[in-house]
Amino acid sequence: MTTMDINAGPLKGQMDRLFLRKRLLNFAIPAAIVLYLGYVCFAFDVLGLWQRASLDNARTLVADSYSYKTHVTRDNRSGQVTYAIEGERKGEYPDGMRPAWVAATGDTTVIDLEDGHVVRFGPETIEYDIPGYGLVSATPSRSKGVQAVLPEGEVPEWINLSKNRLAITTDAGRLTVTRNRAEVFRYFMGWELFFFTLDSPYHGMGAGALLGRALSGEAGAIVNDVWTNKMWRHGDVAWAIGETILMAFLGTFGAGLVALPLAFLGTRNFMPVGLVRFATRRVFDFVRGVDSLIWTVVLARAFGPGPLTGALAILITDTGTFGKIFSEALENVDEKQIEGVASTGAKPIQRYRFGVIPQITPVLLSQLLYFLESNTRSATIIGAITGGGIGLLLTQAIITQKDWEEVAYYIVLIVLMVMLMDWFSGWLRKRLIKGDEGGH
Amino acid sequence: MADLTTHAPRTVDEIRTQYTELTRRKRLYGGVLLVLFIAMMAAGFRTADDRNAGSFYDGIHRILDYPGEVLAEASQKAAELPGHMVHFFPALIETLNIAGAATLLGAIGGTVLSLLSTRGMAPWPRLIPVFRRIMDICRAIPEIVVALVLIYLLGGGPVPAMIAIALHTVGSLGKLFSEVNENASLKPVEGLYSTGASWAQRMWLGVIPQVGPNYVSYALLRFEINIRASAILGFVGAGGIGYELKNSMSWGQGRYDEAAAIFILLFASIVVVDQISGSLRDRLTHGARKGATA
Repeated sequence: MTTMDINAGPLKGQMDRLFLRKRLLNFAIPAAIVLYLGYVCFAFDVLGLWQRASLDNARTLVADSYSYKTHVTRDNRSGQVTYAIEGERKGEYPDGMRPAWVAATGDTTVIDLEDGHVVRFGPETIEYDIPGYGLVSATPSRSKGVQAVLPEGEVPEWINLSKNRLAITTDAGRLTVTRNRAEVFRYFMGWELFFFTLDSPYHGMGAGALLGRALSGEAGAIVNDVWTNKMWRHGDVAWAIGETILMAFLGTFGAGLVALPLAFLGTRNFMPVGLVRFATRRVFDFVRGVDSLIWTVVLARAFGPGPLTGALAILITDTGTFGKIFSEALENVDEKQIEGVASTGAKPIQRYRFGVIPQITPVLLSQLLYFLESNTRSATIIGAITGGGIGLLLTQAIITQKDWEEVAYYIVLIVLMVMLMDWFSGWLRKRLIKGDEGGH
Repeated sequence: MADLTTHAPRTVDEIRTQYTELTRRKRLYGGVLLVLFIAMMAAGFRTADDRNAGSFYDGIHRILDYPGEVLAEASQKAAELPGHMVHFFPALIETLNIAGAATLLGAIGGTVLSLLSTRGMAPWPRLIPVFRRIMDICRAIPEIVVALVLIYLLGGGPVPAMIAIALHTVGSLGKLFSEVNENASLKPVEGLYSTGASWAQRMWLGVIPQVGPNYVSYALLRFEINIRASAILGFVGAGGIGYELKNSMSWGQGRYDEAAAIFILLFASIVVVDQISGSLRDRLTHGARKGATA
C-alpha cells in the first residue's frame, strides 16, 4: 500500500491503460461477434434463403400435423366411388362402408361438407353448391375435357379452371375434377385411425363400449388391433424406440467395459512404461477424433444396417472418450488407500478391487449414466444414417413429405424418450452414488 | 457408518457378525446387480444382432475391408489427395461455420435463458420453471429432428443445420450456464441495483464478468461437440463436409480417394480444434500465467 503513495503517477498511468484496454475489449468482443454473424449470414446466403423458403410447405406441414383429410374419389370412366382416409390404400373404407356424411342413392353420391357446402357426383355432371357464390357444375368427358359452368361474373381466385381441370378450394374442403376422376377432400381435426383402422371391428367404438368388450374377454383382440394398426404401426414404432434405447445402452456400457481396463494403460501411476502410456492415449485420441459419423459409415459397410451397427459405432467412439475420462480419474486416485489395502497383504487384483475401484466408481458411474442420456440422442441420429430405430422411421416419414402427422407423432415420442432417459439416468445416478457413500 | 451409530455393538464377536452380515448382503446385492447387468448386455446384444441386416460374426471379418479398400485406393492416387483436399476445403469451412455460428447463437440464447432462470438474478422469479422447461425441451430434441423438418421448409443447405444445432446448444449451454450462475456472487448485482442500474446493466456488468471464463470454457467444449454434429447433419442433407462425404461414398469404388481426402480433413480438423480448445479451456479454468497481473 505504501507504493501507492510514492509511485501514484506511474500506477495511475498503468491503471488508465488497463481501463482503456478493458473498455475497448468491451466493445471489441460484441463487435467481433456481430461481424462474424454477418459474415455467416452472407456465406450461408440467408437473404436468398428467405425467398426460397416454401411457405406452402410450412402450411401443409402445420395443417397436416394436427388434421387429416378424407378423400372421396369417383372414377369418371367406371363411375365407381371410393372412400379413403388420406387417400391411402390402408385407410380405405371396405366395400359397402362409407363415411356418415356421404349419401349414395343409385348413381348419385351426395357429399356433405357442412356449412351448406354440398358436392354431388351425378351420373354425368359433378356439382358443387357453394353458399354465397352459387352452383358450379362440371361435366368431364374424354373427348372435350372438363366442361365447367360457373355462376355469372369473374372467376374467383380460389377456383382454378383450365380445359382439362377444375379445382375449387374452400374452407370446407376441396374439389378437383379432371377427365379421369373427380375427387373431394374433407378435412378433420386430430390424428386419423390412431387406435383402430377401418377394417377393425372396434373402429368407431367409444371408450366405454371398448372397456365392456375388453372385460368380456376381447382385450387381447383389442390390443392386437391397436398393436398391428396398419396406419400408425404402433408395434413397429415401439420396436424402433426399443432399438434406439438398446443402441444407446449397449454402446454406452460396452464402451465402459472396454475402456476401463484400457484406461489403466494410459495412466502415469499404473503404467510405468512410457511408450505404452503414450500409445494408449493416442489410440483414445484417434478413436475420438475419427468421430461417430465415420465409424458409422465404416461399420455399416461391414455389418449392414441395423441396431448392432449403431451400437458398435457408439461403443467405439465412446471408448475413446471414456478412456480419456477414466484415465484422468485414475490419475487422481489417492495412493494412501491402495497402500492401506496392500499393507493387509492383499494381492494385486485385490489391491485394484478394494483400493482403486471404490475410489473411481462414482466418477465412472456418473459419466456412464450421463452418456447414456446423450447417447439416446446420438442413437436417434445414427439410426437415421445406418437405418435402425426411431431415427429411420422419422427420416422415412419425412422423405415421403406427406405423413406429417406421423412426423409429429415420432417427434413427440423422441422427445419423451430422451426426457425419460434423462430422468432415469439422473434417478439411477442419485441412487447408486448415494448408496455407495454409506457402505465404504 | 450409520449402522454403527444406530445400534452400537458391545463385543468383538458382535461386531464381527454384524460386519460379515453387512458384507454378505452387500456382496449379494452387488452380485445380483452384476448378473442382471450381464444378462441385459447379453440379451441386448443378441436382440441387436438378430435385428441387424448382417450378423456380428460375419461382419467382424469384414470390418477392415472398407477402410482397406479406401486406403489402398487412396495410396494409389496419393498424388491427387492434396488436390481433393483443396477442393473440399470450402465444404470443411462451411461445416466449421455451421458449428461456430450455432455455438455463438446458442451461447447468446443460453446466456439469456440461464440468467432468466437463476434464482436471485431472474427478473421474473415466477417464470423460472417456464424457462427451465424451455431449456429442457431444447435439450431433449435431437438436432436431426429439427434439421430434417427445416430442410423440408427451407430447402437443403447450412441454415437448417445451424438453427437445429443452435437450438440444442441453447438448451445444453443454458443448463451449464445456470449452474455457473448459482455460484456467482450476488453482491455486485446488489451494488449495481443500488445505483439504479437496469436488469440488463446489472447482468452485463455484475454477473457476466464473474462467470465469463466459465461460460467461454463451456462454449468451447460445445463447439467441439457441434463440429461433429454439423458433420453428421451434413450427411443427411444439410451441406458441408458431411454432404460431400455422402456424395463421394455413393459414387462407390473408383472415387475412394475423395472419400479418403474428406476423412483426413474431418479427422484433422476435429483433432486440431480439440487440441486448441482444450488448451484454451485449461488456461481459462486454471487461470493464465500471463494474465495474472491484469
